[in-house]
Amino acid sequence: MGMQEIKRKFVVPGDRITEGSFRPSMNVIKVGNSIIATRIGIAEAGRDGIKVIPLSGVYIPRVNDIVIGKITDHSSLSWEVDINSCFSGHLPAQDVFGRDFSPARDDMGRQLAIGDLITARIIVFDRTRDPMLTIQDKDLGKIPRGEFLKISATRVPRLIGKRGSMIQTIEQATQTRVLIGQNGIVVVTGRNPEGIKLAVRAIRMVEEEAHTSNLTQRVKVLLNVPDTPQQTEGASVTQTEKGQKVEEIQSTIQEVEEEIEEEVQKGEKL
Amino acid sequence: MTQTRNLIDENGRRTDGRTADELREIKLTVGVVKNADGSAFIEFGKNKIVAAVYGPREVHPKHMALPDRCVLRCRYHMSPFSTDTRKNPAPSRREIEISKVMREALEPALMLEDYPRAAIDVFVEVLQADGGSRCAGITAASIALADAGINMRDIVASCAAGKVDEKIVLDINDTEDKEGGADMPVAYMPHLEQVTLLQLDGILSYEQFDECIDKAIKGCEIVYEIQRQALMQKYFGNETELKEEQ
Repeated sequence: MGMQEIKRKFVVPGDRITEGSFRPSMNVIKVGNSIIATRIGIAEAGRDGIKVIPLSGVYIPRVNDIVIGKITDHSSLSWEVDINSCFSGHLPAQDVFGRDFSPARDDMGRQLAIGDLITARIIVFDRTRDPMLTIQDKDLGKIPRGEFLKISATRVPRLIGKRGSMIQTIEQATQTRVLIGQNGIVVVTGRNPEGIKLAVRAIRMVEEEAHTSNLTQRVKVLLNVPDTPQQTEGASVTQTEKGQKVEEIQSTIQEVEEEIEEEVQKGEKL
Repeated sequence: MTQTRNLIDENGRRTDGRTADELREIKLTVGVVKNADGSAFIEFGKNKIVAAVYGPREVHPKHMALPDRCVLRCRYHMSPFSTDTRKNPAPSRREIEISKVMREALEPALMLEDYPRAAIDVFVEVLQADGGSRCAGITAASIALADAGINMRDIVASCAAGKVDEKIVLDINDTEDKEGGADMPVAYMPHLEQVTLLQLDGILSYEQFDECIDKAIKGCEIVYEIQRQALMQKYFGNETELKEEQ
């Protein structure tokens, strides 16, 4: 089918994107023979059908999303985590202590206290129960320090940029490390308070002007970065390492996302 | 309903100078309440109404939550200063009714089954009232819902029609509502071509009823264009076509 024939375009709920035998993907419904948008956003044809990239909305958890959450409470068997959504996350104690966890022997408060920030991955979620989290993976777990900010979850892809370009620009120019959760929670760490402040301003700018074109240019102006990035000898090693890392994470996120979408498709068909 | 004076003059003009098929001036702004997930402000003639949407969010009290879909809660409220004699801020019988019909007018457009065990709260606050505030409220609330990024089958547009001096006219104002013959608020989903609200206060013949509902739906279509433009303006500015970034 001529999927590529469909032009990317702006849509509001109710708009007919196209007609014909196309597969509906994210944020669209099929009514008769037409594909209808259900969100404000940009309609496009993906590998798995017609979808709308939303420009507004709160975070709804999805399996395999990396999220940043705050421990709000714990029972004797699990922690409750605020993941900036209408569903609160559950982190089972077994995930941290191992399978031989005993509520009598192990003190949960020693590992994660109320108020702690964690990076976690959603392992199970189907909307009928609250999402279950894990912190047993590379780069997951407690976040010891940093500047906490919330952005709209729909702005996260823009903040990361194509292959991590946007976030790399910000990190390099401000000498900070920026942790981004898919749920719109961002934690900025770094040695220099001025750098953190500038990074926060840049992130806010990306959030507010996410839908405009030439945003990367304006962020560079804000951060005083020349158009063609010239790396200084000393910093280059660590920066490229970081860049590669971000790229790695990016590509895995993308792969995982595509997988999820396929799963969701299958699920919907059943 | 006894008519004390002519509401349509010899030139076919109404009390505020409009023709029979003319709407009042509508201004719609999206995203006016920073704290809300979605919001809109509408000026519909002399009506001034703010609509704010929160959610999907956790349901409190928890026992109200539904296992298979989201609960939609609506509150229509008139400010004490919205009318010329002070309005008691406690919810009146009329406001409770309008909250209910508003919820039922918006529900068919929303895909509530996408957010089980959650709640969506819609607040509609009338700052200045001038007849037809339930229609203006639905119009604004529907845009606020779209702004909040809630999955919707269609946008709900709303407009009233009615009978004045035995003539069917579009968009009844306060005077015409009080002194005229009939008032029919209609909410309509323009793409799905479905009516989600139909009320009638007054007496119409079969022919008048048909004419009235047709006129109201035409009005809704005009309102829809304004809604669409307001949403586009907020999210895409003046660009109507998508430009690709390198």
